[in-house]
Amino acid sequence: MPGLLRRDLVCRQAVELVTDYLEGALPRRARRRLEAHLRACPNCSAYLEQIRLTIALTGRVEPDDLPPEARRDLTDLYRRWRGGDAGTTSGDGDGRAP
Amino acid sequence: MHCVGPGAAPVGTPRPAGGGRLLRCVAVETDVELLGRLRDGDEDAFVALVARYQGTMLRIARSIVPTQAVAEEVVQDTWMGVVRGIDRFEGRSSLKTWLFRILVNRARSAGARERPSAPIDVVEHAVDPGRFDGSGSWREPVAPWADEADRRVDAAALAPLLRSALDDLPDRQRQVVTLRDVEGLSSEDTCAVLGISAGNQRLLLHRGRSRLRTALEPRMGRP
Repeated sequence: MPGLLRRDLVCRQAVELVTDYLEGALPRRARRRLEAHLRACPNCSAYLEQIRLTIALTGRVEPDDLPPEARRDLTDLYRRWRGGDAGTTSGDGDGRAP
Repeated sequence: MHCVGPGAAPVGTPRPAGGGRLLRCVAVETDVELLGRLRDGDEDAFVALVARYQGTMLRIARSIVPTQAVAEEVVQDTWMGVVRGIDRFEGRSSLKTWLFRILVNRARSAGARERPSAPIDVVEHAVDPGRFDGSGSWREPVAPWADEADRRVDAAALAPLLRSALDDLPDRQRQVVTLRDVEGLSSEDTCAVLGISAGNQRLLLHRGRSRLRTALEPRMGRP
């Protein structure tokens, strides 16, 4: 790449910054450098969009369906837990995990 | 009740921190509503909560304990703790953050996996270094992926591939990506659940997301 300035990012470095960028964790100067690179580089811009789409698709992974027998077992367990010695456990308050 | 259809947040739009997974367009009760019913001893509310979180809980437990059987015990034990401790839940964190914290703590006391997780200081590249030339630029143009607007991305069809890619992630990456990107926890809550620093959380997230991108790539290029 002719005329490459020392302060310019190369693509190999840019791809390592995308998560910090999306997390808003890049210091201002680093963010500007990356944004300048993205404006000039369609490949890294496409890469960033790929990461965004990866995140969105991961958010659509649905939980596995609970099998009917598991559902029955759980209902039984629930009745036992409720009916039994409720209140004997400790340390699960949400302030501080045990 | 609320109803979130697939069109509510287009793929490619980052979800707000703390947002839940996108749900099919059926009436879905919020965690807060289920929690209220659970406090009243409603067993349907319990089963609904289990159905919602069991898969993620098993995946996280499995990444901490040595066997699937122990993971299942830990998850069951967590549910018992939830049923018995529900009155102590004060709502300072979201229900799922509370749930996952109990889970991780119980899994850790149940015994760590024998094989140690890979040390974090091992260099891991987001992209295969062979894709770059000597100057650090891409050798070949990066193909933009079709997005959902093209109707060529079918999230449901990609789910099995993503599930298996998630299962293949190193344990700590899987924990972070599952909490952040599958469950939609904020970075703060994820750090609290796993007891890791913000910097480590970002590093693990970066590596995990990079691996998932790599796994998706062969299926996502334009024809």
